[in-house]
Amino acid sequence: MKELYGRTHKFGDNINTDYIIAGKYKFKSTDMNEMAKHLMEDIRPGFYDEIEDGDFIVAGHNFGMGSSREQAPLVIKAAGITAVIAKDFARIFYRNCINVGLPVIECDTSSIEEGDELRIDLERGFVLNVTKDSRIKATPLPSVMVKILNEGGLAEHFKKHGGFNLE
Amino acid sequence: MGTIAENIISNHVGKGVRANDIVVCPVDFMMSQDGTTPLTIRAFKEMNGKKVARPDRYAVVIDHNAPSPMEAVSNLHKEMRTFSKEQGSILFDVGEGVCHVLVPEQGYALPGSVIIGADSHTTTYGALNAFATGVGSTDMAAALISGRTWFKVPQTIKLEYVGKLPKGSYSKDIALRMCGRLTANGATYKALEIGGEVINSLSVEARMTISNMAVETGAKAGLMVADKKVIDYVSGRAKYGFKGVEADADAKYEQVIKEDVSDLGPQIACPPDVDNVVPIEKVLGQHLDQVFIGTCTNGRIEDLRIVADVMGKHKVAKGLRLIVAPASREVMEAAMDCGIIQKLVKAGAAVTTPSCGPCVGTCNGIPSDDEVVLSTANRNFKGRMGNTKASVYLSSPATAAYSAIKGCISDPREVLA
Repeated sequence: MKELYGRTHKFGDNINTDYIIAGKYKFKSTDMNEMAKHLMEDIRPGFYDEIEDGDFIVAGHNFGMGSSREQAPLVIKAAGITAVIAKDFARIFYRNCINVGLPVIECDTSSIEEGDELRIDLERGFVLNVTKDSRIKATPLPSVMVKILNEGGLAEHFKKHGGFNLE
Repeated sequence: MGTIAENIISNHVGKGVRANDIVVCPVDFMMSQDGTTPLTIRAFKEMNGKKVARPDRYAVVIDHNAPSPMEAVSNLHKEMRTFSKEQGSILFDVGEGVCHVLVPEQGYALPGSVIIGADSHTTTYGALNAFATGVGSTDMAAALISGRTWFKVPQTIKLEYVGKLPKGSYSKDIALRMCGRLTANGATYKALEIGGEVINSLSVEARMTISNMAVETGAKAGLMVADKKVIDYVSGRAKYGFKGVEADADAKYEQVIKEDVSDLGPQIACPPDVDNVVPIEKVLGQHLDQVFIGTCTNGRIEDLRIVADVMGKHKVAKGLRLIVAPASREVMEAAMDCGIIQKLVKAGAAVTTPSCGPCVGTCNGIPSDDEVVLSTANRNFKGRMGNTKASVYLSSPATAAYSAIKGCISDPREVLA
């Protein structure tokens, strides 16, 4: 998996899937590009306009708590964000990210600030804060998830192997 | 030896598994709703899916945005109906009920089974001893095609409730207290095993309220044992074979928490977090514009009976809107048969179609700016009910009903104790 380079948008703890994309939008459409305009709208109006392709979302604890809506990682991806970095993630969201091929990195994000430029090495499991010239060690992904992510998500994995090929 | 979660998964994969093992596990039942099915269908097609492996074990439920309030939603609903028909799978259409009330009622959530649902509150079926958890649409599509899903076997936190629940307090108060104590990520990636004499004393319906909210602590499952009450509940409904699964006496738990609930009064989750839980005394008198009674947490017939009892002959407070959505057609019929619906309507309630609408902010009761709502649901996030400028408190049906006649958050023990 290639190295990622991007700029930080910093969020706090317990960012739930309703904040990522509100229920009132997700039931209307399956057009992620349209829904992406409402990403984080309830807690940071105008967020979509601040994003440049390749940017990262950086957050505290329990990112993605709440609903099972896969629209959450899909909308983040559609908005141009290439990875989410947090202290830890809610279970279903974490899984959904891997399944749709959106890299998630668990590490201590306390020192990362809004606008910091980061380099992420998924393979070796670290985040380099280029702005602050510091290196943060990340929790390695379970090997099953690395496999799914490397193959481009669960759909691609299924197409390639004709079913689960994880054990 | 094994916890309930470990033992159920072991039975399914045909070998002894322990926490942190990764398994590809057969699934007994699958469910997706109208917020997650369109993406499931999309993923199913993208993965070259042709046939659902077990159409008799897959239900689509149209409940989150029902009846459809707009054209775009109607078209998604149509797509779901077409898919169900093509696949010969089960469809619960508009008005039949809220998924997590329907699935147990219809006999698809059974002891010892493995169930996945494309909805986070799938943990509800843990009250029936099912290892049941929420997944996203791509996981659901993979399971539809293969009949299997992959799991990391979770570690388990054991919660044991002892003592005697006082009058005026209910399983919802235990659930809220559990969320407050464990916090929103206290059980992330883990299973909860919930038991003790207090749980044994509760009805199966009341237990479902607690397993429903297990996910609000981040948990993967909220498992209980299949005692006689559970077996009685599922016998006569069961759509496939089942066998209850217990934990072994020497099961290893990540943590064991024992709590005496003999002094537990009504609990309230304050906006905007489910784990922001306080005893009712802290928020007594909080003005309310709307009260909502329903949802997969507390829209069952037992809940409506409590509501009717608490309201007595009183009318809904002037200036307050009471919205009641019985959580399924079966609940609605039972509530009509015993006169509860008539009583609620006469008291001034707006009784709506069984649906998730108000809870998830899609239809049937979106509050206006600056309004305050008390709801029997499981989430109170900012914007949850469809308006970011409104705030939502959560409570038991008894507290909601008494507050609806008083016009502000009020302690139901005043009429019950």
